[in-house]
Amino acid sequence: MSLGYFLKRLLMLVPLILVISFIAFCLVRVAPGGPFDKERAPASPDIERNLKAKYHLDDPLWKQYLRFIGIGFEGGLIRGDFGPSLKYRNHSVNDIITQGLPVSLVLGFVSFGFSLGVGIPLGIWTALRRGGWQDHLGSFISILAVCIPAFVLGPILIVLLGIKWPIFPVGLWGGPWHIILPAITLGTYFAGKVARLTREGMSQAMQQDFITTARAKGVSEKSIVFRHALREGILPVVTYSGPLLADLMVGSFVVENLFQIPGIGVFLVNSSINRDYTMVVGLVILYSVLLLILNLFVDVVYGFLDKRVKYG
Amino acid sequence: MAEVVSSNNIQKSQLGESLNRRAWLRFRANLPAMLASVFLISLIMISLCWPFVSSLGDQHSDAQFNPPSDQYWFGTDVHGRDLFGRVLAGTRISLLVGLVGALVSLVIGVLWGATAGLLGGRWDNWMMRTVDVLYSLPSIIFVIVIITTLEGVIQGWVESVFAGDGSDAARHVLLYAGLGAVSWLTMSRIVRGQVLALREQQFVEAARSLGLGTWTILWRHILPNVFGVVIVYLTLTLPAIVLYESFLSYLGLGIQPPQASLGSLIAEGAAQINPVRVYWWMIFFPAIGLAALLMALNFVGDGLRDVFDPKSTNER
Repeated sequence: MSLGYFLKRLLMLVPLILVISFIAFCLVRVAPGGPFDKERAPASPDIERNLKAKYHLDDPLWKQYLRFIGIGFEGGLIRGDFGPSLKYRNHSVNDIITQGLPVSLVLGFVSFGFSLGVGIPLGIWTALRRGGWQDHLGSFISILAVCIPAFVLGPILIVLLGIKWPIFPVGLWGGPWHIILPAITLGTYFAGKVARLTREGMSQAMQQDFITTARAKGVSEKSIVFRHALREGILPVVTYSGPLLADLMVGSFVVENLFQIPGIGVFLVNSSINRDYTMVVGLVILYSVLLLILNLFVDVVYGFLDKRVKYG
Repeated sequence: MAEVVSSNNIQKSQLGESLNRRAWLRFRANLPAMLASVFLISLIMISLCWPFVSSLGDQHSDAQFNPPSDQYWFGTDVHGRDLFGRVLAGTRISLLVGLVGALVSLVIGVLWGATAGLLGGRWDNWMMRTVDVLYSLPSIIFVIVIITTLEGVIQGWVESVFAGDGSDAARHVLLYAGLGAVSWLTMSRIVRGQVLALREQQFVEAARSLGLGTWTILWRHILPNVFGVVIVYLTLTLPAIVLYESFLSYLGLGIQPPQASLGSLIAEGAAQINPVRVYWWMIFFPAIGLAALLMALNFVGDGLRDVFDPKSTNER
């Protein structure tokens, strides 16, 4: 992948993010109800008017959007400022993100590692034993993993390994011991998916002519599998990594909720129910940016693995 | 002339029949797929008929948190309702949402992919770039935002057009539309690929030289030919949508009580977990139900793909 193409893709992100921010901004504003409807004590009209004035919710919409973007106003999206949260009054959206995001990222990457570490070996194993009982067993395990979502596996693991045999802590976020159950819960589904993709890719790669050539040249079986076939057989997994990371983030809503992990995933659902406008828009943009960048990264990796691919 | 046409027809129908028959024979040889289809069909029959057999699933009673017994096969829930009936009701709703959502995704995906493939050139490029961009966006997050924000709007509209409470209807409409709207991407890519291959074929050229319009060619000549592949990916979209639906219902954004979906039943069960007592049946049976349903759908989809998708037939 040429540097020019990479920079072009990077530049494309800017208008894309503006469009996304506009859509998200319009969506939350179309909704009936406001951020101050669900206060514990209903505010008097005066107080509500003052609150609205403080957060500039009484301005016309286009002015609010410009303020949010930061054109002609202090702060704003272009300076990396998502504004104040309307529900957690003394915090800005940036505060909440800087607190929660590292936790979510750690959880996400450990689960990602788990799903690749389990899925790829399982996929290779079943592909090499194609048609044998190992293949059937492995394929059954991977299809079973795909059919057990995090919100099913999580409670079962909590009941078995947290309550019945208290080996692991069932909640909160402390040492590395706390990561294990959530990471397994989140990663199992993707491990199944990765295993299925690896099996498909590997069994196709093993039938290619260059494998026959390598065999004829007397290359050892181990080297054939890991140095020749794997390079091509892994490509479906690389292609899938983009959507995988997206689903991983979404899955983290459930897992963070189940294990009471102070990540960022919990906030999206709550804020959009509470009409915390700035928070919802901020999180939607955050997730989109993360994913777009990760996808770009996946494309770079793909280009390195498969030299036949030409971008641009 | 008439004779030629009719003999052509006979040949064509014989060819089509034998192809379908071969597909059926291959599908029948696939044991997991056959077992899964039998399981699915019986599950659908039972869940449709069960309301006429027993209504214990809807009735509140004093028998709270009863473990599985002869009377309550799957135990009872927090309101003393029969969990067996609830799980069947949840299966019904989950399948309904999956089916309608998959059909929505089918319509969008086929139209988008076929149009892009048929128009080609700049349009094709632009439409497929859009799909690429949408692929890299966290679509389910948009669904969550759309469901929470537009619910009131749709509810108001339903209530003003049809009298009565519109909250259930609003949720259903949003689930169908939202899940369908984020699940059409793969379908459109596959249909586009097929159409790109088909439009170079001579029968399309013949149709064009007869002066038929783009839409007629699409509708009469191209779509019937992508039917097989479309059916395969429709079956593979179904479990994905059922999974999304149960995920949203688990978060409390999908089906609302007293209606049940498999996801909301699991959520009810998970809410009862505490270190003192575990009502295991409340989480176990809905979870088994969901996993069995998803597995059956996946096996059938995989079986159909093995039969219809030319790419995967090379492997065998």
